[in-house]
This record gives sequence, C-alpha cells and structure tokens, in this order.
Amino acid sequence: MAAVRLEFRNVTRRFAPTRRSEGVTAIEGVSIAVRDREVVSLIGPSGCGKSTLLNLSAGLDGPSVGEVFVDGAKVTGPNSHVAFMLQKDLLLPWRTIRENVEFGLEIRKVPATQRREIALGQLKICHLDGFENHYPHQLSGGMRQRAALARTMATDPSVVLMDEPFSALDAQTKLVLQKDMAQTLSRLGKTCLFITHDLAEAVALSDRVLVMSKRPGRIIEEIAIDLPDRDDPIARRSSEKVTPYLRRLTELLDVAHADV
Amino acid sequence: MSRTATALGQPAVLVSMLIGVIFVAAWEWLPGMLGVARFIIPPASAVAEEIVFMFARENLLYHTAVTSLSVAIGFVLGAALGAAIGYALAVSPTAEFALSPYILALQIAPKVAFAPLFVMWFGFNLMPKILVATLIVFFPVMVNVLGAVRQIDRDQINLGRAFNATRLELFWKIEVPASMPALFAGLRIAATLAVIGVIVGELVGGSVGLGYLLAFGQGQANTPMVFGVIIMLTLIGLVAYLAVVVAEARVLHYMPKRDFGAR
Repeated sequence: MAAVRLEFRNVTRRFAPTRRSEGVTAIEGVSIAVRDREVVSLIGPSGCGKSTLLNLSAGLDGPSVGEVFVDGAKVTGPNSHVAFMLQKDLLLPWRTIRENVEFGLEIRKVPATQRREIALGQLKICHLDGFENHYPHQLSGGMRQRAALARTMATDPSVVLMDEPFSALDAQTKLVLQKDMAQTLSRLGKTCLFITHDLAEAVALSDRVLVMSKRPGRIIEEIAIDLPDRDDPIARRSSEKVTPYLRRLTELLDVAHADV
Repeated sequence: MSRTATALGQPAVLVSMLIGVIFVAAWEWLPGMLGVARFIIPPASAVAEEIVFMFARENLLYHTAVTSLSVAIGFVLGAALGAAIGYALAVSPTAEFALSPYILALQIAPKVAFAPLFVMWFGFNLMPKILVATLIVFFPVMVNVLGAVRQIDRDQINLGRAFNATRLELFWKIEVPASMPALFAGLRIAATLAVIGVIVGELVGGSVGLGYLLAFGQGQANTPMVFGVIIMLTLIGLVAYLAVVVAEARVLHYMPKRDFGAR
C-alpha cells in the first residue's frame, strides 16, 4: 500500500463562542487518509466544515481534538508540503502572471533565475505561455484560475488542497480546466484533497469520494470510484458507468440533508 | 475602449475649451452689462493686469514660492506620518482599539482652528502653516490606509501564510501593495487640503505667502488682487493634485486603465 500523505486522526474542531456568535463544532471525529498520488473528493452540504478541514490541512488552523499529519509529520503550522487553491484565484493584481506564480517560491527564498525557470515551466504546463508578462486583470476567469493552478504547483507540494476551484467558471471552461488539472495531477504524481459541491465533478476527478454530514461534519460514507481515465474527466463523464455512482451520491446527500 | 475614448475625446476637448472661453468672456463683460461695480467683480482683464503688476511690484513669485514650499513640506510630512500611523494601527488591532477614541476626537476637531495656537507657539514663520497642513493632510491618508489594510481578503493573507510567509513578508508583499490604491485616493484629497491648511496658517499670521497677500488685498479693498491670489492658489492646488495623479499612474500602472476624470 502506498504511503499516506495526508491523514486526519479523529479530528474535532470546535469554535469557542464569541460575543457575536455562539460556539459551533465544525467537524467532529473526522478520520481521513489520503494516500500518495490519490485524488480524494470531499462532498457535503454547505456549512459542513469542508473549509475547516482545508484550513487544518494547510496548518492555518489547529484541531481542538485529534491530530493532522502531512507526510508523516504532525501539522503544527503552515508548512511547505501543502499548497491550496480556492474558488477565488487570489492572484495579486500588482504582480504579473509570472510573478504571481513565483510568489510561493519567492517566500521560500528560491533564487530569482531558478524561480523564473520554474514559473515559466508551470505556465507552459497550464497552457499560459505567452501570458507571463500580463497582469491578472488582463486575463479571463478561466486563465486566471489556470495561473492559480500554476502557482499552486510551482512550490512542488506533496499535497494539494482544492476548495471548489472551478465553481465560479462557466460550464465549458470548467470542463477544460478539470481536464487540465486532472492531467497535471497525474503527470506530476500529486496527492490531492478536493472539496466540491458538484457530484459529477467529484466522480469525474477522483479515486475516492468522501461524503460529509451536516454540521457537525462527520464522514458518513466513503465511495471508491472504480473507473478508468482518472486523468481524462471528459472521457470518464461520458461513460455510462458514472450513473450508479451519481445516483448513490445523490441518495447519500439527501440523507445528509435530512439527518440533523 | 481606447478607440471610443479618442472618438469621443475630440468633441469633448472642443466643448471643454469652448466652455472655458465662454466663462472668461462672461467674466469680462457680463458684470459690466448687468451694472455690477468693478470693485465687486473686476473683469478678467483687470485681474490679469493685477497679476502681472503683482509679479513686478508685490514680489508675487516670492510669495507663491513660499506658499508652494509650505504646501509641499506639509503634504509630505502629513502623508508620511498618516501612512506610517495608518499601517501601524492596521497591523496592531490592540493599538487601534486603545487609540481610536482619541484619533476620532482629533479627526473631528477642525484642524484649521489650530492655526492661531501654532502661531502663538512658534511665531510668525513657516512652522505654524506647515503644521496646520501636516495635521489636515494626516487624517485622510491615515484613515484610507487603515481601512484598506483592514479590508484585505483574509484568504489572500492566508495564501501568504500557507506559503510560510513571515509577518514582515505579509506586510511588504501583500498589505502594502494592496493598500496603494486607497493610499493614493487619500493623497488626492490630501493634496487639496494641504493648500487650505497653509492658507489658513498664512491668513492668521505672517508677512509672507499668498495668504498674507490675500489679507493685504482685502485690507486695501483691492478686489483684483484677491481674485489674482485665488487664481495662484488654485494653480498650486492643481499642481499638487496632478503630481499625485502622475505618481499614482506610475505606481498603480497595473490597474485597468480608467478614462481621465473617472474618479
């Protein structure tokens, strides 16, 4: 069995009550193991604590109970093994596309020439060669999200965390970007935890799908997607074998909605 | 977009110039036709004549230079101080919380009212007017910087944190550049306020500067002189404002292009 890259051991995260809001338990007793090169999707109703999971993985937040491990090391703060990508591209408007891709490398003190080389390579992979000197506002939403993907991959993380990275894009751009991302992940052999609302996207892109319940979020089901073409979501989508998985997930989410 | 701008630009420039010509012509002849006395509204030609006369006899160039210098020093000091304190408060919520009632009080206090006090403290020199300008420039700059840093997307900061950025790196690589548009919006307001601060300082006391000439002209009941000084002051304000606009265009070169005067 392949090495475990990202692991949650019985993790609970409670937020203490503040003057403005009462305390909530965002996730409770979550155990997850994402193995090397695996793409695992996380679906669940909104407010089920998916983003909390992402923050815990990135070391931006710590668990109330339990432990999070990345590459076998306990996560105690932000670390260089993990990179994340959100629905918002978070490109810095005052930096060119290349400088944005270099952002993480710059903070890691990678020398300028090497930074440039890595950034240009990533931009090529993401089909953005020729746009390296453009500013973010000059690019379309889809291209900006490609640049965000290049920035995420530039630091060569062992675990990539994605929080609905394609949900703001139009349907066609979304399909193309899903395909590009799937190919990039499999070519670079990256491990990925992928948060999404889109059931078809989860089935098309992942090796496994984890279903979370309403708050407090728990993992209520794990479904292995036993289909070929993980690096070609468009091919996978067109296979009729996808349907039973979608039916099953739809059922489960209804359960998750009803079960409070 | 640029094509429509030039296509629209030509007639707009012509109309703009036409309005200017009509205004000056109306100024020149309309009051006379309506029977308004020359000492109430002197015609444009009389004001122009007076400006030329002031250059020759009243050392207008010297007074303009003194006022301009005071505006520049007051503006730079106030802007630097405002930006520094704005950033300091933005990165330290505790400091902001502790200081906010006093900052609010000082912000509400009419800054020009301090002018007599500064004259009493420092005498009839450049100091009082520079201080009034500094004080009046300080607040819009500080408030804009503080607000801008506060409004930065948390996720943007988290992205930096996830890359292991230090607090200092977050400040210089995200917070400072992200607050630049707001800083320049503050500086635009500050550029015009700086002129007001200096004028009030000069009106209150002193024997140099355009504010002094303004008071002198008033004492002589010399309306053309007052009009002339107002024109010179407007020119100083305009130069200060344009300097900010030029600097802004250089610093914020990455922003989508706006049509002139869009803000």
